[in-house]
Amino acid sequence: MTAAPLLTVSALTIRFGGLTAIEDLSLEVREGEVLALIGPNGAGKTSAFNAITGYLAPSGGEIVFGGVRLNGLKPHRIAELGLVRTFQKTSVFSGRSALENILIGLHLRATQTPLAILLGLSAVAREEEQLEVEAREILAFAGLGARAHDLAGALPYGEQRLLEIAVALAAKPRLLLLDEPVSGMNAVETESFMAKLTEIRALGITVLLVEHDMKMVMSVSDRVVCLSQGRVIASGTPGEIQRDPEVIRAYLGESYARNKEAHSRA
Amino acid sequence: MLGGTYALLGIGLTLIFGIMRVVNFTHGELYAFGAYMMYMLVMLTGANFFVALVLAVVLGAALGAALEFVLLRKLRGADIDTTMLVMIGAWIALQNAEQLAWTGVAQSIDNPFPSAPLVIGTVSVSWIRVFVLGVALALIAATYALINHSRLGKAMRATFQDRDTAALMGIQIGTIHTATFALGSGLAAAAGALLGPVFVAYPTMGDLAAAKAFAIVILGGLGSIAGATAGGFILALAEELGAGYISSGYRDAMGFVLIILILIFKPTGLFAQKERIG
Amino acid sequence: MRKSLTALWLAFLFSLPLWMNNQYVLHVLVVTGIFIVAAISLNLLLGYAGQLSLGHVAFFGIGAYASALTSLGFSVHLTPETVLAITPKPVWCGMLAAVIASGACGWFIGRLSFKVRGAYFVIVSISFAEVVRLIALNWVELTQGPMALNNIPPLTLWLPGLGEHVFWKKPANYWLVLCVAVVSYAIVRRLVRSRAGRAMIALRENEPLATSVGIDVTRYLVLAAVVSAAMAGAAGALYAHYIRIVDPDVFLFIYTVTMVIMVITGGKGTLAGPVVGGLIFGLMPETLRAFAIPPELQWIAYGVLMVLVVFFLPRGIVPAVQNFWRRRRGNAAAIARATP
Repeated sequence: MTAAPLLTVSALTIRFGGLTAIEDLSLEVREGEVLALIGPNGAGKTSAFNAITGYLAPSGGEIVFGGVRLNGLKPHRIAELGLVRTFQKTSVFSGRSALENILIGLHLRATQTPLAILLGLSAVAREEEQLEVEAREILAFAGLGARAHDLAGALPYGEQRLLEIAVALAAKPRLLLLDEPVSGMNAVETESFMAKLTEIRALGITVLLVEHDMKMVMSVSDRVVCLSQGRVIASGTPGEIQRDPEVIRAYLGESYARNKEAHSRA
Repeated sequence: MLGGTYALLGIGLTLIFGIMRVVNFTHGELYAFGAYMMYMLVMLTGANFFVALVLAVVLGAALGAALEFVLLRKLRGADIDTTMLVMIGAWIALQNAEQLAWTGVAQSIDNPFPSAPLVIGTVSVSWIRVFVLGVALALIAATYALINHSRLGKAMRATFQDRDTAALMGIQIGTIHTATFALGSGLAAAAGALLGPVFVAYPTMGDLAAAKAFAIVILGGLGSIAGATAGGFILALAEELGAGYISSGYRDAMGFVLIILILIFKPTGLFAQKERIG
Repeated sequence: MRKSLTALWLAFLFSLPLWMNNQYVLHVLVVTGIFIVAAISLNLLLGYAGQLSLGHVAFFGIGAYASALTSLGFSVHLTPETVLAITPKPVWCGMLAAVIASGACGWFIGRLSFKVRGAYFVIVSISFAEVVRLIALNWVELTQGPMALNNIPPLTLWLPGLGEHVFWKKPANYWLVLCVAVVSYAIVRRLVRSRAGRAMIALRENEPLATSVGIDVTRYLVLAAVVSAAMAGAAGALYAHYIRIVDPDVFLFIYTVTMVIMVITGGKGTLAGPVVGGLIFGLMPETLRAFAIPPELQWIAYGVLMVLVVFFLPRGIVPAVQNFWRRRRGNAAAIARATP
């Protein structure tokens, strides 16, 4: 029994001038699953992310999230709908403390209006207190509780990436888009991230991630979609993908694929 | 004629703004500097008009190079407001230094041309204005040639397109910046040196000139010499129309109005060709 | 501890006119106070929201003119046949008009700043101020142009039981300006420590990240611009009713520069920055004047000072001082930990 699709991308096409980054991409992300998008560099993965989250205008195709058409919506609107992304290059508010970073991430959860703020209504102060409590909880979840008052930019790399995810979580996503979350992490950090991902899933959040670390991808994902040169070349369970000749060809080249086929026949 | 000198101002600024990404608040002061150098050389030391003209331009370029070296070198890579503030500080200092040195009274500069106008058919123009237009056009052509046909020009264009790659290719970014700033400042000084004798020299003349220069840069698109040239003439024309149809007080406003309108409706300028110089 | 220090400080400031009889000093303080309000407003847009707006004097001047014109009354020909005539209104009405008029301009600039970015926005904001200045200079029917608006009535306050009080004297104006300054500071403080303030800081620090967590950049830019402009307009109105003459020179770029210097040297993006900067650059000209230095030299000194501050204290005076105290406390703590 398959769960209902949360995100449906149909025939997505992205062209920059004469260059086609994505051609006729269709995929489905089902509620509660972890879907990984893989493919060699330049396959168009980040472009797809950018289009889905509203940072890039697609040249064709449709993106529907939870029944709402995302085409043409601004990124912040898409975030309001529950679709939150992280960035390939570490993106935190480096001049602010870790706690402040989370507080900013909690923006959508707060309801203070500018007028209420200006008038200094006590409801605002109460909400601020509540927000701080929540922020600390989220920091603790990410294992960064001790770092609350440290400058985000001064944190070691692995912790910055954790903070990045924590900020995204603060925005209460239904679907979390992670752009290469473990790139640059060592084995230990990657392990702890994988554990965190399990906890995130337990919260009921659906995850779509782009990654190069095959070991990690194969062990955390329910399904995998492989892109190459802007097109989908394979999709299925991790096991199926690992054996798919098209995928092997895309990653390792023609001769290796032929070799492998020759060997498996022999 | 105004179009020509405006073009000079505009070209100078579009080069600086385009290649160095610096909001050059001192551009106007170099314009004033050019005029004041003419004043000093022609009126106070009795030098030959044409020699003074050349000297004024050279000195302007030198001042520009000095400014870049002293102030901007240190700030390479700093954020835009820091550089902006330093430029503002320099602008204030320069303008008031000029005021101090030559008083706030407007100074007029003699020119060696006959005062009787030149008559061509039914049009009569004063000699000095013809001269100014001629020199301006010559300078524009020379700059165009420099940018498009010399090694230095090529380096500048490369830096404009992609600074990091240019650096990797061995282009000395620092030297290019100094050269660019010097060139731009020299052009501004030239404009001032040319217009000074036509009108008068006074300390705040730079401010309006700078504003118009920015208008021209925006009109013509960043980094485009052809655009800046066209922009210069367009602005001059717009000013005439504004002065004629609305009221003469609004002549100077035309530049600003154009800036606002263009940035609202066509932020890349009228002639921007996907960011290239030439 | 901090609250009682603030209370003490405020008490001192409020008591000033009671024991300071020097009218000239009071005058300087009033004008400085007005500039501090303007600097606080600029800090919101420039420091917290990170918008390089160099046309701030436009909001100040529009506020001044709006208030002056409303309290003086005016009639203009919108077309050769139709006349718009306003009869003189009470001064507080003028001040309200000032806040609304400049706030509206702030809205316009806010929307514009979203479309036009970075260095271009700098140019646009400067141009805006210049166009407004030229309009003020040339639309003589409305603004009297260079002949200035004269005899602007001072603020009149009607307090129940106390009767009417006209703000002729300096002490009264001083208190008024002080109150407005304190209120402005409080407004910015509240805004900055709330969700809205965080949104502004976020869009300044990392805009793509801010939008990815749902922050509507346009909305908060416009909010910053409107509040900032309205506050500057209020300062302008205060100016109009204190100096009681307003002419187009109020729109000169040099005043924007003064405000910018105050904010940057004081420390942009800090609450105390504009106050410190305002005090320094408000009081400095007067002290220098005592030494009979020509004004040009003063300005050169300003220019040089600006450059020096940017080179050595790039974040301004207040952050530098904060860092200093933090390090000292850190050292003291380290020493305390080290000594047995």
